[in-house]
Order: sequence, then C-alpha cells, then structure tokens
Amino acid sequence: MTSRFTVREFWTSAMVTGAVLMIALILIAVIAPLTLKQAAEQLSPNAAQGPSAAHWLGTDDFGRDLLARALVATRLTLLMTAGAAAITVLAGVVIGLAIWLSGRCIREAALRVLETAVAYPSLIFALVIAAVLEPGVSSAVIAIGIAGIPGFARITANLASSVSSSEYVITARLLGVSPVRIAIRHMLPNMAEPLLILSATVFALSLVEISALSFIGLGVQSPNYDFGRLLNDSLGALYTQPVEAVGPSIMIALTGLSVMLIGDALAAHADHRAKRRFFPRVLQRNRTVPVPAGDAALVRVENLRISIPGRQELVKGVSFAIHPGEVVALVGESGSGKSLTAMAIAGLPSEDLAVEADVLRVADMNMLAEPNQSRLAKEISIVYQDPGTTFNPSLRMGSQLTEVLRTHLGMGGAKARKVITEALAAVNITEPAKRLRQHPYELSGGMRQRAMIAASIVTSPTLIVADEPTTALDVTVQAEVLRQFRRIHREQGTAMLFISHDLGVVEALCDTILVMKSGEIVERLTSGQLAARNVHHHYTKALLAAIPVLDLGRMPATAGADTR
Amino acid sequence: MTAPSIAEASRTPGTPAGSAGSRYLRHPWVGFSLRRLGGLLLSFAVLVIVTFLIVPLIPGDPAVIAAGEGANPAQIAAVRAELGLDLPLLTQFLNYASGVLRLDMGASFISGESVSALIFTRFPFTAEIALLAIVLVLAIAVPLGMTVAILTRGGRNRWLDAGFNFVTSLIYSVPQYVVATLLVVVFAVTLRWFPAAGAATLNSLVLPTAALMLGPACVISRIVRRETAAVLEKDYIRTAHGWRLSVLRTNARYVLPNLVTTTLTLSGLILAAQLGGAVVIETVFAWPGLGQGIVNAILQRDYPVIRGIILVLGLLATLIIILVDLILAIIDPRNLGGTTHDV
Repeated sequence: MTSRFTVREFWTSAMVTGAVLMIALILIAVIAPLTLKQAAEQLSPNAAQGPSAAHWLGTDDFGRDLLARALVATRLTLLMTAGAAAITVLAGVVIGLAIWLSGRCIREAALRVLETAVAYPSLIFALVIAAVLEPGVSSAVIAIGIAGIPGFARITANLASSVSSSEYVITARLLGVSPVRIAIRHMLPNMAEPLLILSATVFALSLVEISALSFIGLGVQSPNYDFGRLLNDSLGALYTQPVEAVGPSIMIALTGLSVMLIGDALAAHADHRAKRRFFPRVLQRNRTVPVPAGDAALVRVENLRISIPGRQELVKGVSFAIHPGEVVALVGESGSGKSLTAMAIAGLPSEDLAVEADVLRVADMNMLAEPNQSRLAKEISIVYQDPGTTFNPSLRMGSQLTEVLRTHLGMGGAKARKVITEALAAVNITEPAKRLRQHPYELSGGMRQRAMIAASIVTSPTLIVADEPTTALDVTVQAEVLRQFRRIHREQGTAMLFISHDLGVVEALCDTILVMKSGEIVERLTSGQLAARNVHHHYTKALLAAIPVLDLGRMPATAGADTR
Repeated sequence: MTAPSIAEASRTPGTPAGSAGSRYLRHPWVGFSLRRLGGLLLSFAVLVIVTFLIVPLIPGDPAVIAAGEGANPAQIAAVRAELGLDLPLLTQFLNYASGVLRLDMGASFISGESVSALIFTRFPFTAEIALLAIVLVLAIAVPLGMTVAILTRGGRNRWLDAGFNFVTSLIYSVPQYVVATLLVVVFAVTLRWFPAAGAATLNSLVLPTAALMLGPACVISRIVRRETAAVLEKDYIRTAHGWRLSVLRTNARYVLPNLVTTTLTLSGLILAAQLGGAVVIETVFAWPGLGQGIVNAILQRDYPVIRGIILVLGLLATLIIILVDLILAIIDPRNLGGTTHDV
C-alpha cells in the first residue's frame, strides 16, 4: 500500500512535528538521567526557590532542581508507558486472534463479554488492580496494561473477522491451511497497518493513565518519580509555588501531543480517500433568462461544459433541447458525462465541479444562477438511481414524501398525506396509508422507487429528470417502474430527461435518444431511427450489440429486433 | 427470490402469528427490555464477584495487610474475624453477596462509618459534576461539530478545518488532571476567581466541571464533525437538495437524526469513561465525591469502602450504557434488534 504514496505525502507537517518531538523525548530519556541525576535528586539548602538562572523552574521543598526532575522523569515515564502499551497490544492481539479462531459459540460469548468490559472506564479497572497490588512501578504498569486489553482484543477480533472474509483467506482455508497458520501468515500482515495506528493510540492512553495513577498517589511511589508523581508533588505547593506544576504538565502534554500527531498522521496516511478541493462557483446574477421568440423548447442547453477546475473536462460542449412533453434519453456508459449533464440541468451539480454554458435554462429559469427554490422544487422533479439510499433512513416515508407539498406548496400535513396517498395508489403501491407510517427499510427497493416516482409527480412538474431509475432494480421490477413512467407521460404529458446506459430500456419510452461518449454527444436518434436500427456511430452500434446478450440463451438470432 | 428480499419480507409486520398474547411477547420492546435487564443482572453479578475477589487476591495474608504495619497478632486476629477471613471462601462470598443485596457492605476500617452511608453521602457530589459535564459536553460538541462539518464540506474553509483540528487535538492531548492543575493555577491561584478546592459554594462547581468537560467536548465534537461529513455525502442529502429544502430544514431533518446513533454510542462510552476522569479530578479539587473516596480508601487499604465504591462505579457505568441503548431504541426502532456498539 505504501508504494502508492510518495515520501513527501508520508512526511506531512504533523508527522514531522510528532516524530521530532518523540526523538527529542527519547534523547532526553536517555541522556537526562546520566547528566542531571545529581541536580534532580541531591538535597540542597536552596529549598522552594522561584525560577532563576541556576534553576529555570525553581527548586522543590528539598532544594532539588525542578527542571532536572521533570527531564529525568522522562525515562521512567516512557519506559512504564511502553511496558503497559506492550502488555495491552500483545495480549490484545493474542486474545483477539484466539477469539476469532475459536468456535462460533465461544466467539459470540467472548465478544459479548469484551463489549461489556470495553464500556467500563479502564481507570476503574486499573483501580481494582491497584487496590489488590502494592502501589509501585510494576503494579502501575501491570494495572494499566491489563486494563487496556479488552479494548484491543475486541478491535483485533473485529479486524480479524473483516480480513477473514477476503478472498485470499478464503482460498487459503479451502486449500486446507491450518487456522493458526492462516492467522499468523495471512491475516496478521494485513491487519498490521490498522493495529500499528491503534498502538499509537494505546501508547497515548497508557501515558495518560499511568500518569493519572501516579498523580492520585496510587502509581509510582517516592523516592521514584515519573511525570504524574511530580505533578502530584506540585499540588501541595500550588499556592506558594505554582511554577512547580509547569515542568511535569508540559512534559505530559508534549509527550501526549507527539504520540497523537504521529497516530493521526499514520491514520490519515492509511486513509486512502483523496482530499477534495472546493472551488467557489462563479454564479451568474440574473435568475431568469428571456426565452427567445420562436424557441418553443422547455429546456435549452447550449455548449454545456463541466470540469474539475484546472484538471479535466468531463462534459465538453453539449447542446440539445427538450420540448414540452418530449421524452429525451441520454444514453452512454458510466463516465460518459450523462449524469453530470442531467444534474446540471436539474440545478444539482456536484460542488467540486465547475459548470459553464452559453445557455442552460429550464422554462425561463437560468440554471447557471440560483433560481427561486420553490419554483425549482415544483417544476423539476428528480428520480434517482438507487432507491436503497435516496431516502433518509431516520424519517418515516410519509414525512419525506410530503416534504415538497408542505414546504413549497404550503399544504397542511393532512392534506399533503391525502394527496400522496392517492399518488402512491396510482403507482400500484398496496396499503399506501400504512406505507406512509413506515420507515424506508420496511419497503422493498421497487416500492421505494415507485414511491419516489409518486412524489415526483404530485407537484405536476414540467420536467422529470430520471437518473438511471431502473439500474438498481431487478428485471421484473424494472419493467413495472418503466410502465409507471410511460403511464405518467401518457396521462400528464410531462417532459422527461431519462438517463440510462441501456438502449433497450429507453427504446420503448423515449422520443429522442442522445448517445454520449467521453463528454460529447456522438449521435442523435429519433425513436423511429432506433427502432429501425438506423444508427451510424460505431459506439451506438456497440451499445445496441450489448442489448441482446442478456437474452442470448433464449433467442440467439433475432434477439435485437424482438427486444421491446 | 433473493436473500435480501426474503429478509425484508420477514421484517415487514403483516402476518400476525398466533394469539394476541404471543404477539405481545414478540413485541420488540419486550425482547429489548428482557435483554437489557439480563445484561444488567449479569453485570451486577460479575461486579459482585470481582469486588469480592479483591480481598482474597491480595498477595500475602489480607488480614496482616488490612491491619496495617505494626499491628500485633491480636489486632490481626480481630481484623481477620471482622473481614470473615477465617471462614471458607464460599461462605465469605455468600456473606458478602447477601450483604450487598441488603445494602449492607460493612463498615469502614478507618472511620467505622457504614459503607452504604458513606456512599450515599459521597454519591451526589460525583453525580453533580458528572451530569453537569455531560450536559455541557453535548450542548457544545454537537452544534460545534455539525457547524464545522457544514462549513468545511467539500474542502471549503481550509483554515477553519486546520484550526479546528489543531485546537481540539491540542486540548484533547493534554490529560484532564493537567488541565485541572492549570485551571487551578490560572483561575484559583492567580486570578482568584474560583475556589481551588472543596465543594462549599456554587462557585466551587465551575473548575471541576470545566476540567471534566473540556477533553470530552473536543473528542465528541471531532466525532460529530466526522459523522456529519459522512452524512453530508449520502444520497438522501442530495434528495433533500433536489426537493430544494432550506439549509436549516435539511440539517435538522436529514443530517441531525442520522448522526445520533453513532454519536450517542461513542459518546456513551466516552461519558462512562468520565467516571474514571471524575476519580482524578476529585483528587485535584478535594471534591468530596466517590472518586476522592476510593483513592483515599485504596491508600488506607480500607477494603470494605474499596469494594463498595467500585461496585457503585461499575453499576453506574452499566446504567449509562443501558440508558444510551434505550435512547437509541426510542429514536430509531431498528436499534431494538441487537447491540449498537459495533461502530
């Protein structure tokens, strides 16, 4: 995975800062006890002094240099933290893998136990252990180390189960490789990256908690001292010598910050999502445009260009018109720019794209400006591709389907529900009143898509934009959805812009077919030309050839001509 | 028929099975309540066992350790008898467990005060700062996280993005007790605005609560921000845009409800962890709550008090988890089915 990234991307400023801090801390941990031990631990008559040139942070009640103590304490603190983190990570990985390797019953039970254990504050776990053991360095390490195990074991088990469903693990299993071998040879290497990132988090947490334990007096005991112990010592003298708290506070904060920066940078590095850039859109001022005399078109698109600013042009100067009541299809493979074109016409282009055109209007609304929202909502309805994700899972269907009626047509709740109930019945949805009270997940995909269609026609729009409305559906359900579009067109005469990658789907529905490829319209066909297979562009021919493949088994020879 | 559609069909209520009584039993809330009640009882049992084990697990003779250094054999014997350490382990456990059920957890070795009474005096202090901190954390973190996510969506306002990340990670990377100490140095010692210790006046609440809430407010606002950014990418947000809903309506009805599950689940865990935070914070501010109580008890090896307070803190953590599950189930009935901790 790492090879995909340049060295420069790995060494982000956060990573550099974190790494430099950590190296400095490790150097302090190595050097300070060798050189500063005398100043840090020798009792001297200069007790409880304020900051001075000789003692930058002053001295404590025994005349020991506070800066030296803070620096010397780095070694013990880092060693203890590393010890505790090692216990957590090693035991967590072993237990997590063991849970994944064990039988289903044990696995389920163990995961339940871990889940409950994780919910308990780990410091309280540590307190129980501290209560049992004599307070001191090793018991603090053991207490904090053990307290973190359930969390890490649970994460390992969850990671293992997600990695185990990958193909190479399944293949290895089919080949009869032993589970333990699979776990060690195949799974661990693939879990290494997230586990490493999480180890940084464990280190940071161990640091905070070990210092906390020492801070409340249950960790490191005098004469030993770590950051927490030093901070605890300073509490008693806060009023007389508040500066005593500064050294250990800064050291704890710096160590924590360093580990966190490294962890965050590692996590960001592993997160493969590219960063998006925002380009402020240049909007035209006039919201409406005069419709030239003699232009009867409902939708007029002239030289529409859509691009990722500074990089790539996705739609390269597309022009066409949709007349009132006309059904126009935009057909092409994915990436041909057909959906981008449709969404630009609907006034919903993606925010990181630049949209330019000589003319882009629907009725007299200038879609390059920001037309009146209520008018847009009423006149342009949109049906989306995947009915599984187009509805808000948290709201009931009725509440969503009546949005436009209530917010833009000013209907009351009861009236809006009555209107939408009738519309649902019209698209053959059974028990429409009950559906309104249900959540989206309680309806099938076909039902949700028909509900979307119902909601799209209740405002009597002049244009319906349907963006691959049948692609996500079963073949039988597709037919029913297409029937609804045909019925709407027959009964209400609404103009439609119908997007599809399938010529077979649009053939029976559309008056005009525009074939798009790589951001350009390569062929314009009437339904008659398409029916007669009177096509010229090789790409259109290829699309046509793609249709009968589905039915090859049943009608090998004349499939193309028979498809409706 | 494909597998998902069968699953959908079985989820759709519509075929009433059996009598009214059995349908009542099948009601999702019944199963939910039974599972949570079972979980509560199980956690309670585990807590009783764990707190019991604290004493037998002490390396060496618990009676000698409990009696303290320099105790003579007679004193040790007295402690042994008082703790019931001369009895068989099972008898000890049954005595302890029945005591817990009668709210009788013995008396403190040090003060002789009843442990239950001690817990009842200390509990309100911990509850006070913990609840106040929770309310403040949610009231600050949710609007802050949402606002930042909305303002930085699609790569806008990069300086806000960087600033928010820097400030929240800086505050979060400083542990609560360091924040607490610094708050004391600045606001109590230097500025003298608030008292540094004790729980005498309403003013005393300010610093402990602030110390307790700053870190979690940062973490949770980061979580809310991340979740909001994820929700803003969802198809149903595009649907809401397609319906030309106002910014306010889109965020209130299409963004906020879909943040709640993850945010509350993670926040519940973080807030339960605040019980641990309270232990440390109470030490800094000499706040007379359970945290200070248990630290003193561990230092003084006051085992009955240790057992009692650990039991109560554990039960509180369990109750917080169940409460979060309950709120989630009320908000979104899909959560009635199983656990919600797999985020």
